[in-house]
Amino acid sequence: MFWLQLLTYVVRRLFLLIPVLLGVTILTFAIMRAAGDPVTAYLTNPEQIDERRIQEIIDKYQLDEPTWTQYIYWLKGVLEGDLGYSQMSHLPVSETLALKLPATFELALTSTLIAVFVGIRMGTVAAVRVNSWIDQTTRVVSLVAVSIPVFWLGLLLLMVFYNQLHWFPGPGRYTAAEFNLNDLKHYTNILLIDTLLNGRWDFFKDAVMHLVLPSITLAFASTALIVRMMRSSMLEVLGAEYVRTARSKGLPEKTVINKHARRNALIPTVTVIGLGFGGLLGGAVLTETIFTWPGLGAWAAQAAINLDTAGIMGFTLLTAIIYVLANLVVDLAYAYLDPRVRLT
Amino acid sequence: MDLKRSEKKGTDKKPSLKAVVRTFLAPKVAVVRTFLAPRIREIKFDLHLLSKSATSMAGVALLVMLSVVAILPWLFAAPNYPDPLYMPFDRFLPDPTPPLSEGFLLGSGNNGADIYYGIIWGARISMTFAIQVVLISVVIGTLLGIFSGYKGGTLDELIMRITDIFLSIPSLILVMAIAAVLGRDLNATKMALIAVWWSGYTRLVRGQVLSIKENSYIDAARASGSSEGRIMLRHILPNSWAPVLVSATMDMGTVVLVMAGLSYLGLGAAHGMAEWGVMINDGQKYFVIGYWWMVVFPGMAILTFVMAFNLLGDGLRDIFDPKMRR
Repeated sequence: MFWLQLLTYVVRRLFLLIPVLLGVTILTFAIMRAAGDPVTAYLTNPEQIDERRIQEIIDKYQLDEPTWTQYIYWLKGVLEGDLGYSQMSHLPVSETLALKLPATFELALTSTLIAVFVGIRMGTVAAVRVNSWIDQTTRVVSLVAVSIPVFWLGLLLLMVFYNQLHWFPGPGRYTAAEFNLNDLKHYTNILLIDTLLNGRWDFFKDAVMHLVLPSITLAFASTALIVRMMRSSMLEVLGAEYVRTARSKGLPEKTVINKHARRNALIPTVTVIGLGFGGLLGGAVLTETIFTWPGLGAWAAQAAINLDTAGIMGFTLLTAIIYVLANLVVDLAYAYLDPRVRLT
Repeated sequence: MDLKRSEKKGTDKKPSLKAVVRTFLAPKVAVVRTFLAPRIREIKFDLHLLSKSATSMAGVALLVMLSVVAILPWLFAAPNYPDPLYMPFDRFLPDPTPPLSEGFLLGSGNNGADIYYGIIWGARISMTFAIQVVLISVVIGTLLGIFSGYKGGTLDELIMRITDIFLSIPSLILVMAIAAVLGRDLNATKMALIAVWWSGYTRLVRGQVLSIKENSYIDAARASGSSEGRIMLRHILPNSWAPVLVSATMDMGTVVLVMAGLSYLGLGAAHGMAEWGVMINDGQKYFVIGYWWMVVFPGMAILTFVMAFNLLGDGLRDIFDPKMRR
């Protein structure tokens, strides 16, 4: 009975996704078309610009049809599993996304892990010792962390830890001078997993070292959000009756905080973590650009600048799906963690 | 005689200024007493709470400082003509000079661009940009949110689905596409940001309205014959602005972060403008060879600006959160 209920809920939510996705893609398509002449995306160098070539492109991609009809063509392609051809990466869009998403996933996962690890600890301590100097320091530090421009932070970290101290390698996903991606057999395109599956410890170590600085850069803002959420929900829980009961039973403070309070305080924090992770999966344009990370964000930014409509449409579709799915997963997790919440 | 004189005197006598003012103001005094006074008392109490929080006061102090610089930048750095929003250049100084060198308090960038000048006038650019984006988005978002939440039904459903679409669109990427075509233009960036920013406020306000409209004073207003527009504007709006104010305060900083980021990527402010993101972009190739001032100072300016609004917003949230209060 429960599983059936769950299933109907998920199916209903997935159906609701359809109008949102249609709306997002129509809007994006309209903006891309309004933004500029789609022919420009297909002309890579000035020598190609002559009337005949332009006419050829227009005929080939049906660019003389009304925008609406062109959108329908695109939609038809998507339903048949064809996302189109990205002029910028000279690859089909689906292939490009499959190449870029794992790199972004790697970065999003490591930075979220850092943020969760640091954020939950700091938030708990700040709430337990509310209004102490630790609490005040945590508050100021997390405010600085959300206020810092991420590209500036990235530049500073690179300057200090790469340029001056040489603790970590420079931008990129691996040391291109020493390692070659073609040496690896690609199982997942996630470098950390692929190197291990290939038994290349040296390559794995190199990849990990390259991940450190961009992950820390990206983790700053999400850590601050988790700290803030964790602190306020922990404060609420610590004032609850069952915490008083636990204390009056004579349980040690450590048990009360770790077993009784923290677990319940985690519930609303999960929302922040899940949605933050979903947001990061859509690509972090600035961080990826600074660390020349070959991920979704940096690629989409380039596609946007080059007016690569097919690329942007594919990217928009993917990020919208990720966003909506992240919302769904968060709601499910919420209901699982807090039995009082009913899925309707 | 006496009577006549007194009569004459009476007609002659001009009413004192004080009396005139009093009669003229009487209805207004009533308004102040019944309508404004409790609100003023409330605001005074809020300000009192705010003044007790050290971090909020730090935010207010930073904000006052930034506002003075943004409103009166010529007091701190002589404007560069013809357009003071562009950095002054000196073609005879091709190489950057370090801070405290002759004529440059915070050093100079490529072609003698004065970093100090950029920091000062950049505050004006950031402040006007953020105020415009946030203010317009708040107005659009609040009106739609109140309307959607109060009316309910199909219209509400429609507005919320449109909001969903705008919330799940990769806004930064679209802003980039628009900026790529319209060129490096702050006004285009502004429009593009407003086009996506309102949706957050709509959702926030709608949530507020849904709980407010269940209150009995709304029923009372309806029973006493208030029109729907009046209920929305006079009863629901004044009771739902607190979270919007907190969110808008913090968004002032976020908007500037986005603007600086776009400018850094070469999509927001035009090259040569006294905008902090552009300045960091200019300085980053010199950063590696040790010319730190071209990157560090503009970055600190952005951090200070965003920090000021976040400190204040954080304090405001504590005040308006009834659980934290009293």
